[in-house]
Amino acid sequence: MTSLSNSLPADARTPSLHQVGGEVSDFFALLKPRVMVLVIFTALVGMVVSHVHVQPVIATISLLMIAVGAGASGCLNMWWDADIDAVMTRTAKRPIPDGRIAPGEALAFGLVLSAGSVMVLGLAANWLAAGLLAFTIVFYAVIYSMWLKRATPQNIVIGGAAGALPPIIGQAAVSGSVGIESIVLFLIIFIWTPPHFWALALIKSGEYAKAGIPMMPNVAGPQSTRRQIVGYSLLLFPIGLAPVALGFGGLLYAVTGVIGGLGMLAFSLQVFRQREGEGEKRAALGMFGFSILYLFLLFSALLAEQGLGLFRAVLS
Amino acid sequence: MSPVPDQDPGSRALTPDETQRRRKRSIAIALVLGALVAIFYVLTIAKLGPQIMSRPL
Repeated sequence: MTSLSNSLPADARTPSLHQVGGEVSDFFALLKPRVMVLVIFTALVGMVVSHVHVQPVIATISLLMIAVGAGASGCLNMWWDADIDAVMTRTAKRPIPDGRIAPGEALAFGLVLSAGSVMVLGLAANWLAAGLLAFTIVFYAVIYSMWLKRATPQNIVIGGAAGALPPIIGQAAVSGSVGIESIVLFLIIFIWTPPHFWALALIKSGEYAKAGIPMMPNVAGPQSTRRQIVGYSLLLFPIGLAPVALGFGGLLYAVTGVIGGLGMLAFSLQVFRQREGEGEKRAALGMFGFSILYLFLLFSALLAEQGLGLFRAVLS
Repeated sequence: MSPVPDQDPGSRALTPDETQRRRKRSIAIALVLGALVAIFYVLTIAKLGPQIMSRPL
């Protein structure tokens, strides 16, 4: 047998990078850490608005498992999308297309973390929360990544449900049920997602076209996308203020919601007006950046009111 | 005489960089396993509370 291996060229006997395995940081990058931070934050707000006393240890472990589950779905997404990630400059340096981690390793990593996070959340909190986490992972990895993303320009609209679910999982984890509070938070993130992503898609439409992804600007055109961005921003304004109408958003939240909602509208109108050159790019990036700030401030206001006792009722 | 480890005839020794990368991964896996043990221990205490010490034998 030695004759066969010895007759191979030196390169063929050299273990590839895949056989040796990637760096720890590469595996961490597969979890999309920035998305995990957002998931932890929104799930925490979902827990806090529930007003249920829960063991801090159980709440912390639940939050951790929700984050790990979200990371696992991100990992499975990167495994499935490695071919399109390789042709887009924004994603070409991700661990799989860059050759730092083998696809099989990423798949195994994602599946183990998915199963582990669901099991531990079920044991720590309850099986409703665990079921919702499992649904979120399957929705993101299978429904969004494997089907919607390459099939329809409504991909991020429907797929946005996966990113909007963490507050519902958070509430389910601490209360054992799903209430109107987390459903409203779900709706805010769900309606926020299209203008947020389409702002980026407008300036990256060439990249998406190269990868064959039917994003809205590539299918319906930039003009229609700009109109829809304004439409969703209009819709987001009243939905963003729903917590005030329902009594769990106070004065601080109301002020943040009004100013932030007007900001979203102003940025969306800028996107609508600026249609060429540097102005278009600046407007789209402005919209993308402000939308992140808007969601962060809105949820921070709720956290401050419900978690730190800053709640002052607006409606009696 | 030092023992010769069984080795796949097609394999070669890892470079120092590859060895270090593999070592870091092994440490990370050990830390994750340790964290899991800690999570299950703390979870058990948090869920069962002081009763865990006074259960009937």
